[in-house]
Amino acid sequence: MSTSRIEPSIRSRPVYGTLCPTPATSHLCIADAAGGAAVLELFGKVPAGFAESAEIDYVPGAEDHTEALRALAPARFHVSPTVQALLPRLERHFERMHMGTQVYLAGSETLIGLAMKAGMEAGLDFEAMQTEHRGTLARRVQCVHCKGISEAVTTQPATCAHCGLLLLVRDHYSRRHAAFQGVNINAEDPSDVPPKEEVFP
Amino acid sequence: MSLHGAIDVVVSDVVAVNDLIKRFHFVRPDGEPLPAFSGGSHIVIEMHDGETLRRTPYSLSSSPFETGDYQVSIRRDDEGRGGSLYMHREVTPGTAMRISHPANLFSLDKRAPKHLMLAGGIGITPFMAQTAQLRDTGGVAELHYGVRSRALGAYLDELSARLGPRLHVYLDERDERMDLDRLLSSQPTGTHLYVCGPTPMIDAVLEAARRHAWPEAHVHHEHFAKSEPGEPFTVELRDSGLSVEVGEEQTLLEAIENAGVDAPYLCRGGACGQCETRVLSHEGALLHRDHWLSDEEHASGEKIMPCVSRCSGTLVLDR
Repeated sequence: MSTSRIEPSIRSRPVYGTLCPTPATSHLCIADAAGGAAVLELFGKVPAGFAESAEIDYVPGAEDHTEALRALAPARFHVSPTVQALLPRLERHFERMHMGTQVYLAGSETLIGLAMKAGMEAGLDFEAMQTEHRGTLARRVQCVHCKGISEAVTTQPATCAHCGLLLLVRDHYSRRHAAFQGVNINAEDPSDVPPKEEVFP
Repeated sequence: MSLHGAIDVVVSDVVAVNDLIKRFHFVRPDGEPLPAFSGGSHIVIEMHDGETLRRTPYSLSSSPFETGDYQVSIRRDDEGRGGSLYMHREVTPGTAMRISHPANLFSLDKRAPKHLMLAGGIGITPFMAQTAQLRDTGGVAELHYGVRSRALGAYLDELSARLGPRLHVYLDERDERMDLDRLLSSQPTGTHLYVCGPTPMIDAVLEAARRHAWPEAHVHHEHFAKSEPGEPFTVELRDSGLSVEVGEEQTLLEAIENAGVDAPYLCRGGACGQCETRVLSHEGALLHRDHWLSDEEHASGEKIMPCVSRCSGTLVLDR
């Protein structure tokens, strides 16, 4: 069961599914925080022998499923302190992997987006990777004006961490940047400052 | 109605590649370049063989960067409906013909870090254009090419010069076979797989790709279904108010066209879906030969692809 709270929007806005075991030579599971629970549920549905051909990369956060995931006894298990710290590791995974590995991504949109970006840069089609959203709705946002990326944006509007403009966070999403688009909300009258609301908890 | 227009051309050269394959070169009468195309494209050639009008798709085998002429390589098929025999016997330098604009149902995914190409026999033709394209644009191609004998292996020298150690040849005469399991389990992340050849080969490759968990988006195949001859039958065209006889050597689509009805088409090989037509009723069985409709659609009896499929009795279409 997916516990994502994402509501349907414009076509550009990514939608996520529910992880489901797929016959493959090997399996690469990448998750952060609440996404760990999605991997635990995936392993509840797998055929015998799955764990021996599976590798789990996990980044604990607001929730920590480290010990439960380790108890699944995958062929390899690795914990990274942050998603950013995990990324170079993922690049090496994709470099040494062969076609026939199924990729499963679970957790925050930031984790799913950045891991998918690494897969796409290695040449994998985005539709070849399974995804399940869990946990925070916080967004990576790219400012269309200065191109800087603000991490973990939870408010609408949001202040660009780079140029300081007040941004309307749109549902318009870039898989290439793994970020939503932010557009200046008060360009006509900078003195008109709408109140910030916490809309991406 | 050709969806992609027609181009008047003249045959500028006919080259015997080996005992079974001839290469035909087409140029514009005014010597101007032909339209640009991408590797994997096909053209449909119109053949006026006595009373019979045939339109047959062939892959372009020349470089997409040389559009002074188009080249197609055609294997003589002594058991087919006669398109290849007509080309081999009747078409000589100077022959005026009409061809369609190129269309591509088998294009390279340019995001791929590596292109793995599997060819069987005359299925080499789209890869001739694609390997030329990748040579000039800097992509990585690895080609595995199965042929009956070295003598019948078209373009082996040219491909060897182009690909070097990335060309792997398998000769039936020496009992050499592609090891699909080894091949498909050892490809780096992001590889795209392309296959063109006889039906059993395509089926075996697609099955092996499924077995080795290749994502669908990474697997491409080019398969022109052969519009085989069959028993004559009658088709009623409800919208046009016509009743048309489909001859033994004719396709349903050709019979509809000969009756003066402007029917859509693109590949004429059961692959692209353009000619899909609603069946209003039919007596006898629908003989589906396309790769477009799903098994459920085939079983429903509600749709037919007139370019390759037939009926064993009277057929009523809403065309």
